[in-house]
Amino acid sequence: MENSNHYDVIILGGGPAGLTAAIYLSRARLKTLLLTDGTPGGQMTLTHEIANYPGIEKINGYMLGSVMKKQATSFGAVVKGNTEIISFAFEGATKSVATGDGQTYTSDAVILAPGGRSRTLGVPGEDTFKGRGISYCATCDGDFFTGKEIVVVGGGNSALEEAVSLTKYATKVTVVHQFDHFQAFQYAVDEAKANPKISFVMSSTIASFYGDEKLEGVTIKNLDTGEETDFSTDGVFIFIGYVPNTEWLKGVVNINERGEIIAGADMSTNLAGVYAAGDANAKRYRQVTTAVGDGTIAAMAAADYLHSLKRK
Amino acid sequence: MLYTNLNHVESAAQLEKIISENENVMVCCGRMGPMCIPVYDVMEELEKVYTHVKFFDMEFDNPEAQIIRNAPLTRGFMGLPYTVYYKNGEMVKATTSIQSMPQVKAILDSEFGQPTA
Repeated sequence: MENSNHYDVIILGGGPAGLTAAIYLSRARLKTLLLTDGTPGGQMTLTHEIANYPGIEKINGYMLGSVMKKQATSFGAVVKGNTEIISFAFEGATKSVATGDGQTYTSDAVILAPGGRSRTLGVPGEDTFKGRGISYCATCDGDFFTGKEIVVVGGGNSALEEAVSLTKYATKVTVVHQFDHFQAFQYAVDEAKANPKISFVMSSTIASFYGDEKLEGVTIKNLDTGEETDFSTDGVFIFIGYVPNTEWLKGVVNINERGEIIAGADMSTNLAGVYAAGDANAKRYRQVTTAVGDGTIAAMAAADYLHSLKRK
Repeated sequence: MLYTNLNHVESAAQLEKIISENENVMVCCGRMGPMCIPVYDVMEELEKVYTHVKFFDMEFDNPEAQIIRNAPLTRGFMGLPYTVYYKNGEMVKATTSIQSMPQVKAILDSEFGQPTA
């Protein structure tokens, strides 16, 4: 099809999965368009330091995303950020995506890499005090809490690693976690427990946030006893995982009860020519490296699919 | 130093001059951080469309940025970036932390009016 808006593959999502797919496809000289509603890099950009990406000792998440984007565009991929998807059709042989700037793009294959977003607690006061004491990014807002006492919510790697990181600024960090044990790797647990500025409130959750112009405290609920206690704090950092950005895909591709896309080992979905990769997929582990692996597989499977079309 | 393609505000006096000479002004005051960069990106996109609005950034750590950091509408803000909107020289709206394209567009439309085609 000779049409400047027609691509071999359209990738929806600009995190590590989408960017990796864009690198592989464009390097294979397939005409590739990546559309993302945010900044290329996805959730990775919120990580102040990535120290377990093979081959790179340490890198800022934003920088890694920027390099991936540069790689993709250097091979010819077109990357469009801040692009709103208005409508789409994935069922036919030719897929189409209409965007908020009035453009309609078509392709022979699609890779869905919508990623996830920070999970919120969804309790009273959370919206009110976002940016007024509640944060989801230690790198960004940590220094607002220099010399203050803060709370970190969560028990995974991000929560405990960021709790340690925040002790650079805060005089005291209280980790509130809903279980009586942590999901984080042992190294992260050990480091947090060894830090004298960090204390733990286990089997508990935040029931509400309170304050006036800015956050002044939280109500902590003990999940074993139901007892609620007011706890004065200057800030709360929430790291309780992610939810997949798949609301728009319900009824389009197969999605499980947690909103995750069900994809095969080759990242194929139930629709021919539609693949899915990254944190939105149903899987156990979500890391930059696993997203990169998904993106690679999805790209190669999509390329195979395109070749099979040409052979027909 | 903010490495963006937006015009930069370097001083409080410059900002005063800008808002006195332009009816609609949006300024994002932040750092080159993960919550700020997406807002700069959004502004760079919208700058082409909202031609009746002037878009600027200002470095949060510039002492002169106190004109934004200490403004009444940004009191209690504890999340970067601080994004502020001026209409006829007055700050009419301010947001804290990351904002998406739809959120920024909604404010621009309500405070300054939608762009003409």
